[in-house]
Amino acid sequence: MTQTALSAERLAYLDLLREVEDFFHHEADLLDEREYDQWLDLLTDDIVYWMPMRKNVSYKNRDQDITAEDDIAWFHDDKETLVKRVRQIQTGVHWADEPISRISHLITNIRLADSVTSLDEGETMVTKCRFLVYRNRLETETDFLIGRREDTLQRVQGELRVARRKIILDQSVLLAKNLTMFF
Amino acid sequence: MTSTNLTARNLVDMAEGEISREIFVNAEIYEQEKERIFSRAWLYIGHESQIENPGDYFVSKMGEESVILTRDFAGKIHVFLNSCAHRGMRVCRYDEGNTSAFRCPYHAWTYKTDGTLVGVQDYDNAYQPPFDKSEWGLVEVPQMANYMGTIWATWDENAPPFEEYLGEATVAFDHGFCAWDGSDAGTELLGSTQKWRVPCNWKFIAENFSGDWLHGVSHRSVDLIRLGPSGEVGRRDDFGQLVVNGFPEGHGILYSLYPNKQERTEYAMSPETSEYFQHCWERRLKKLGDKAGTCPLVGTIFPNMSFHAQQPRTLLVSHPTGTNETEMWRTYFVDKSAPESVKQFLREYYMRYSGPAGMTEQDDMENWNYASEASRGMIARRRPYHYKAGLGVGSPHSELPGVVTEQPITSEQNPRFFYKRWADYMDLGSWDELRDAKSVRFWERAS
Ligand code: FES
Ligand SMILES: [Fe+2]
Repeated sequence: MTQTALSAERLAYLDLLREVEDFFHHEADLLDEREYDQWLDLLTDDIVYWMPMRKNVSYKNRDQDITAEDDIAWFHDDKETLVKRVRQIQTGVHWADEPISRISHLITNIRLADSVTSLDEGETMVTKCRFLVYRNRLETETDFLIGRREDTLQRVQGELRVARRKIILDQSVLLAKNLTMFF
Repeated sequence: MTSTNLTARNLVDMAEGEISREIFVNAEIYEQEKERIFSRAWLYIGHESQIENPGDYFVSKMGEESVILTRDFAGKIHVFLNSCAHRGMRVCRYDEGNTSAFRCPYHAWTYKTDGTLVGVQDYDNAYQPPFDKSEWGLVEVPQMANYMGTIWATWDENAPPFEEYLGEATVAFDHGFCAWDGSDAGTELLGSTQKWRVPCNWKFIAENFSGDWLHGVSHRSVDLIRLGPSGEVGRRDDFGQLVVNGFPEGHGILYSLYPNKQERTEYAMSPETSEYFQHCWERRLKKLGDKAGTCPLVGTIFPNMSFHAQQPRTLLVSHPTGTNETEMWRTYFVDKSAPESVKQFLREYYMRYSGPAGMTEQDDMENWNYASEASRGMIARRRPYHYKAGLGVGSPHSELPGVVTEQPITSEQNPRFFYKRWADYMDLGSWDELRDAKSVRFWERAS
């Protein structure tokens, strides 16, 4: 049996990819286990957390099916606002998520957008993935929110952090009555 | 309405302030509303700035039905039913854009942006004798109005002109949609429309924005975390004294009366915005004097258009999509002349306040959702809703429009006025009767 040795470059790439996968899966666990304060620590202080809206456009105008960054969006938050969202849930009187919902984040199709093999301190890189966010609350209320994410990750004190998150939900009319969850 | 036990006026008891749950949960009543309310009343369609150029279009809704708001090549604005005259296909399936014609994807009938049918497949051979194409254009609303850039339409050719329909609420509309400094420089939309589905009857939403000031506890969580743009306690900055103004046309406005002092401290989180606001306030004081601090906070124009005129500034249409479901369409607006940094700060504040991800609005939708749900049961329907706050208190006011109840008296008069008018529409067949129903000192029965 012959074995193909992996090049050092390939190994470095796989190692980084695996680190990114671990990071996203850890993040999903924190959110679904409601460890919001620990989740906030995974975001840089200057994070841009943006979920644009989607539109029905022609193939010719396909580049316009996502609202622009200076347009109205579903979310367009800085860190301070994300902290407020967490604090709101923690008041215990945020009726939209009280009693608490059951939420699962499935993160798949994870890729490094650039052909990077390492990420040094302070450097950033772009990753792509798909998400399925499932929410069930009270008895029968259920939402499936599916789409893509483009994340800019940064190396901060040796760890990965989210510096920018673009969330591209595959719905034009939002079929969930509200968005109390994070993506 | 047809069956006697569902006669609307029997379901809306103005003297007692009690309203039957049937009107929120009964599918037969909902079907009647489509005809009695949404085919007759003036409905908000969109904003002039969404169709600035010839050929621009924006797809909107009137009740459950899709309509196209467009500007033809002569510059005239139209509202058409978005359904092909041939065999019903939705003619325009993009949310917005610019086009020289609407071409149906089913059998290729083609309409100009003024609605006339210009292209019919195999017209010369297939139709002997030829039919008159001018009779088969897109169905157009018989009446349309452009009021301060807002476009309205009604399917009823006998409906009164829009300004008569607004009645005295015109003043509130003027106050709410002028630039903040009171000038005619005007306001502009901040861009795209948020559209989302909420499992509740549309009237929960309309009555809420007509001035339900008792529902503050819904928003306790955002008050606690200081969502307001000053970072002080509360989800908004201080807006002075509250006053509810109800109108016989069914509209309801919640006014705030801010004291006439020079210094304003709002928007402390954003120095540029704070400075802009102070600058506008000084100009507003010069221009409006005593009246400078008199401004609507929220309001509903009957039946389903609501607005916030201060923090945030936004327009909402509650399009019914079923007895127990509504599609909310929200757009936001700012002063045209505000600096870019101010527009950006306001845009972000608006989005964290309103809409499905808005920290304030999320809790409203939860309450409307489960109030609808918990009112549907056979036993639940036997008990009316309670709208008795401030019963018999409201009266006309020398300086403010409509019938007024002032703090410290809490009042549900505006929802009462809304439902009284709702019952008029449901029961009365002609606009003459509708006119009479609102003219006879209506507040004595309704407030
Ligand atoms: S339905 Fe439109 S052309 Fe036939
Ligand atoms: Fe509210």
